Amino acid sequence: MSSITVPLHAVAHGRAGDKGNRSNISVVPYLPDAFPHLKAQVTEARVLELFRHKGASAVTRYELPNLPAMNFVIDDALEGGVNSALCQDLHGKTLSFLLLGEMTVTVPVACVPAGSRYLQDK
Amino acid sequence: MTKKVYIGSGAGFAGDRFDAGAPVVETLGRMDGPRYLIFEVMGERTLAIAQRIKMRNPDKGYSPYLDHYLTGVLALCREHNVRIVANLGNANPIGGAKRVHELAKELGIEGLRVAIVEGDDLLTFMSADEVGSLPTVEGLSIDGKEIVAANVYLGARPVAAALALGVDIVLVGRTTDAALVLGPLIHEFGWAEDDWDRLAAGTVAGHLLECGGQVTGGYFCDPGFKDVPGMADLGFPVAEIDEMGGIVIGKAANTGGMVTRATVTEQILYEVHDPANYLTPDVTLDITGVTLEDAGKDRVRVKGARGKPPPETLKATVSADGGFLGEAELTYAGPNALARAKLAADIVTTRVKRRITDTGIRVEVIGAGAVFDNDRSERLAGDNRPLDGEYRLRAAVRTQDKAEAQYLTDEVLSLFCSGPAGGGGFRCSVLGQVNTSSVLLPRGPVEARSRAIEVTP
Repeated sequence: MSSITVPLHAVAHGRAGDKGNRSNISVVPYLPDAFPHLKAQVTEARVLELFRHKGASAVTRYELPNLPAMNFVIDDALEGGVNSALCQDLHGKTLSFLLLGEMTVTVPVACVPAGSRYLQDK
Repeated sequence: MTKKVYIGSGAGFAGDRFDAGAPVVETLGRMDGPRYLIFEVMGERTLAIAQRIKMRNPDKGYSPYLDHYLTGVLALCREHNVRIVANLGNANPIGGAKRVHELAKELGIEGLRVAIVEGDDLLTFMSADEVGSLPTVEGLSIDGKEIVAANVYLGARPVAAALALGVDIVLVGRTTDAALVLGPLIHEFGWAEDDWDRLAAGTVAGHLLECGGQVTGGYFCDPGFKDVPGMADLGFPVAEIDEMGGIVIGKAANTGGMVTRATVTEQILYEVHDPANYLTPDVTLDITGVTLEDAGKDRVRVKGARGKPPPETLKATVSADGGFLGEAELTYAGPNALARAKLAADIVTTRVKRRITDTGIRVEVIGAGAVFDNDRSERLAGDNRPLDGEYRLRAAVRTQDKAEAQYLTDEVLSLFCSGPAGGGGFRCSVLGQVNTSSVLLPRGPVEARSRAIEVTP
């Protein structure tokens, strides 16, 4: 089966939430078959690397295979959060799209929903 | 047939739509069983602001939007026998209850009964020093700062006690958001204090409802990837819960939005950290075994929540004065706009740093990846963005000194005549801030004081 390298946004969606200076970002595959590929590739270390410039110090990944989904908890990712951040987005609500847009994954083409513009671009 | 309780949401945060509740009440009115409408409109900051308002006027300090949310639904709820549970009480539930009575009178509704839950305000039984010495688990240390508000998160039991008084409306101050849903369920089903799995199910239902439209396609849609119909008339959620803890999430009839496994999945993880240990005063929730099933159009069944005993301590939010946030913006557009915006950023940085030396500032270019960047614009520095386009300079500072915050905005304004060519669209604000921290305290003294009381006109 042929593979494709795409931003995570092509195969998953997610939502960011905040508590203090900690962000949590869910990653939910559009198609359940993508889940094992995401587990293998969207690692704590790679996520930490994406948020290090914001001050992130640690990432914990929780897996929810029934849904299926993963939940990333990123410590110190919010430049102080609502108390002290100077960023426009004090809560880091936009950060789900930093993860979805800048993390790339290599998956079987069948893991990308049919009709996705990421398939048309190729 | 198993008894079912129907609970809908009319608002999911302090700035939510004022007109979402009416279609929810109409839908609830067609259900066969006890019906409730909740409003979750309280943030940590809204509470601190309300506390300040109450200090100036003891009759105020309830939600400033109480009239906005209730005016359109009060008569409808009466007609359809829907009881309201809302944290519109904010820093002053009694004041809020009195306003509800006035509003009912203005609307020609007679005999409305209102109860409140009190006991969340720590400053009514602890000194500021005592509050300041509680262990901080999250946020800034409030040690040495002037405390504006200190409120403990109450659980669902006092909400159930308020409903047991037989009232039409319960106004609370600080409770967990999920308690607005779990309270009615405990009242209706009589779930025991150690019936962990059912308390867990009720908490999941609360977690899914508490953000209103976030479970029905709001904050979800992404055109071309996650399309949601009728976003301008987003329907808010209506859940049915049975006495075994079975949950179906649906939404108001004849509205936009949608309920799918995907919308529910995003919301079930929203602001959750360890999904096996979501702490509340009523139960420690474990959602790792939760499964979602399609149960018809815009209906998703939620199963498998498990519960464990809650922690020995309760969480409280303490708010202190947070100085000022000054922000200013100016747009550059067309050919070479990025170069002009970057030069403007350099000019502002140079001038502001001459005066503001004791605190950091952030000067950045919106349109060039600013929100994903850090205070030092390190990502932009390594980027190769088009010079032509539309870019917006933004400068920000936090300081205890209002004049310093104003100074930063003045420096952006001065670019009109003394900066790069073609800047326009200046906007600025200097706003007072609240700092919050989460602290832990023992249950005993709080539970001994929390109680439900009816407030008469």
